[in-house]
Amino acid sequence: MSAVTDTSSAAGSPAAEARQISKRYGKTVALNEVGIRIADGESHALVGRNGAGKSTLVSILTGLQPPDSGEVSFGGEAAPALADRDAWRRRVACVYQKSTIIPTLTVAENLFINRQALGTGSLISWPKLRRRAADVLGEFGVDVDPARAAEDLTVEQRQLVEIARALSFGARFIILDEPTAQLDGPAIERLFERMRSLQDSGVTFLFISHHLQEIFEICQAVTVFRDARHILTSPVAALSKDGLVEAMTGEATGLRDGNTRPAMTDQAPVVLDVDGLGVAGAFDDVNLQVRQGEVVGVAGSASSGKVALAEAIVGLRKPDSGSVQVTGRPVRAGSVPAALAAGIGFVPQDRHKEGLVADLSIAENATMPIAHRLGRFGSISPRRRRELANGMITSLAIKADGPDQLVSGLSGGNQQKVVMARALSNEPDALVLIDPTAGVDVRSKQTLLDVVDQTAERGTAVLMISDELDDLRTCDRVLVMFHGTVIREVRSGWTDNELVSAIEGIGESSGD
Amino acid sequence: MVTETSTRATGVAAARPKLAIARLRDFALVPAIIVLLVVGALVAPAFLSTGNLINVLQQQTELGLLVLAEALILVSGKIDLSLESTVGFAPALAIALIIPKASHGLGLGLPEWTGIPVCLLIGALVGLFNGFLILKLRLSGFVVTLGVLIVVRGLQLGFTTGQNLFDLPLSFTYLGTAEWLGLPASVWIFAAAFAVGIVALGYFRQGRSLYAIGGNSDAARAAGIRTDRVIWTVLVIGGLLAALAGLLMAGRLGSVAASQGQNMIFTVFAAAVIGGVSLNGGKGTLFGALCGVLVLGLVQNILTLAHVSSYWYQAINGAIILVALMLSRITSGKAQD
Repeated sequence: MSAVTDTSSAAGSPAAEARQISKRYGKTVALNEVGIRIADGESHALVGRNGAGKSTLVSILTGLQPPDSGEVSFGGEAAPALADRDAWRRRVACVYQKSTIIPTLTVAENLFINRQALGTGSLISWPKLRRRAADVLGEFGVDVDPARAAEDLTVEQRQLVEIARALSFGARFIILDEPTAQLDGPAIERLFERMRSLQDSGVTFLFISHHLQEIFEICQAVTVFRDARHILTSPVAALSKDGLVEAMTGEATGLRDGNTRPAMTDQAPVVLDVDGLGVAGAFDDVNLQVRQGEVVGVAGSASSGKVALAEAIVGLRKPDSGSVQVTGRPVRAGSVPAALAAGIGFVPQDRHKEGLVADLSIAENATMPIAHRLGRFGSISPRRRRELANGMITSLAIKADGPDQLVSGLSGGNQQKVVMARALSNEPDALVLIDPTAGVDVRSKQTLLDVVDQTAERGTAVLMISDELDDLRTCDRVLVMFHGTVIREVRSGWTDNELVSAIEGIGESSGD
Repeated sequence: MVTETSTRATGVAAARPKLAIARLRDFALVPAIIVLLVVGALVAPAFLSTGNLINVLQQQTELGLLVLAEALILVSGKIDLSLESTVGFAPALAIALIIPKASHGLGLGLPEWTGIPVCLLIGALVGLFNGFLILKLRLSGFVVTLGVLIVVRGLQLGFTTGQNLFDLPLSFTYLGTAEWLGLPASVWIFAAAFAVGIVALGYFRQGRSLYAIGGNSDAARAAGIRTDRVIWTVLVIGGLLAALAGLLMAGRLGSVAASQGQNMIFTVFAAAVIGGVSLNGGKGTLFGALCGVLVLGLVQNILTLAHVSSYWYQAINGAIILVALMLSRITSGKAQD
């Protein structure tokens, strides 16, 4: 270890430390004067809700981008220059959520990319390369054939190869960015085993996860970020699960206290009936029913399968099993036109991708599913379309010059309202919403949720897929999904902590 | 969760046989070439004569050099349409700088020895310019090289006023017609270029970095590969090889037509794709690309010997491309996009 001692700690230099880091992207502040100190030999957790600044910190700690201000050090020494990739790789390695394996090359070549074993002259010696790759994989106990093409590896094997590659550079500080998100239970256990044994041999980890249970299982210290700020750093043992959740969510920032609708009765007829629905690799055997006028939330982490569930219901994905019925009639699986015809309205996850055609007008976007009703023999009457769109602009309080304005010129909140208008255009019996208030301002959020309320009051069954507590507060009940199954149902009147713990998997250990 | 685990397990098991096929893919065209040789021998006794086979090779040298250039560029995940215009432009300008105005030259009267170096330099400069637009200005490679294709062809038409150049310097005609050790010089150059390329892409870090960049450029950058510099180099080499192809073509035909190289890029892509080079980058070998060139050359030669009307060539070449694509879809088992 380096002889430099840090005055703030008697325990010697930390494996890695970031001080007073700030980073902006345009107007958005990604990190605001944050710091983190990872002691040598510990597994340190970094947690925070989406947008807290975790990914930005990772890219700064691995030297992929510079901070606007602040400094990074490893083992008490200042970080190397950004251009010196090799120096960075000797100090820190990261297994990103996005793979840094090159799928078209073999495992062996991936391990030694840009530093292939050389034989005579400066020719690459393939036998030597394969031998060294086998040595590295053997040393770290990774059971993968080095001659295999990397694209054929499973997620687990891919991660192990990346970890072995990091260690073969001599890095003893490794960042794992949500390594468990794509793994199943037994694979997570095997990963933890490996982390523990590596930790015993002196490797330091920064572990990022949305599953708080895992942090209590594997980490000694935890740092919480919220809204680009550092909230706390504490030994895991000194922190209760509730305390951790509270640090992540902060004081309740909710706009709404529940919904304004009358309480649901069990007499209301079932409108949306999902029976045993499953998509291989995403979710399995999901049953749910939404009654007339009811709003049901579905919450869960990114890997829970909730988005795939919604997409299977509306026909964007073809389910492998199960069926969907609307008002008692089965809906043909895997067909969006069939879902529309059956009376399902839909707000997709990403308005830029599936929600809107940016260079078309508000009127064209909002009336897209009902174009056949706008005129005879396939023609479209612009007058009729403008009338309809004007009605939507008023009812959704869309701020625009008029129905002919292009949606690309609208703010995010107003764009989202156009997506909502499109979903409501065919007066659906069942409305499926994925993250309906993602990336919109407070006022638009209020309007959108009011519209959801009003739509339900008119008798529509609403299924709302979201992690936003404000969205979920509108719901009569919330189903929590975890690793592809519904694990809990929470009735209206839940506390934030209760719901977040359920979403983050506390009490539902991923391992068993 | 139980089902999830079991699907993953089957995924591992299924992965093994696919690998063997992926490796065979490099040699997939060798049987096809053998079949073509047999068919050729049956169709016409003259086919297997040394003279005819050398003839096939010589006719494919120019296409082969372009395919080599395009394969390098495709493997690194880029695309260059402008190569076909460089084939005409580079030799035309190099010659025009030498020959007098009376022979449609520019009347600058550069010494004859400048012909070959200037021709190659022009090709390299076109590649350099492509690289500037794609890497510095961050423009779309497809559209950039489409634009350059049109501009460069237009420049050639401009300074030659659409005329063919006949008055070639000796150095040009020499390379196109000379024989070394019983084989045309152009065949030697073609073979040497592929040999260097195959060794570079198989056994040099710089060559391997092309695959890394084409396979996952972010990962390559994170591994310390200077991705922009490598791609720029590849684009310059591509222009250089295109100029070399133009030089050999000019020498073989004894003139530079205003349309020299025109429409060749389609055949270039066909040969590369038949040879297993992926348009998505990171995949394919130069040996495969070479086989693609040979297949197209042999088919053409057999059709000629079998007295098939040349009006049918285009339909047959197109059909070969489609069949090759379907075969690779079946062998790789993966959807193409």
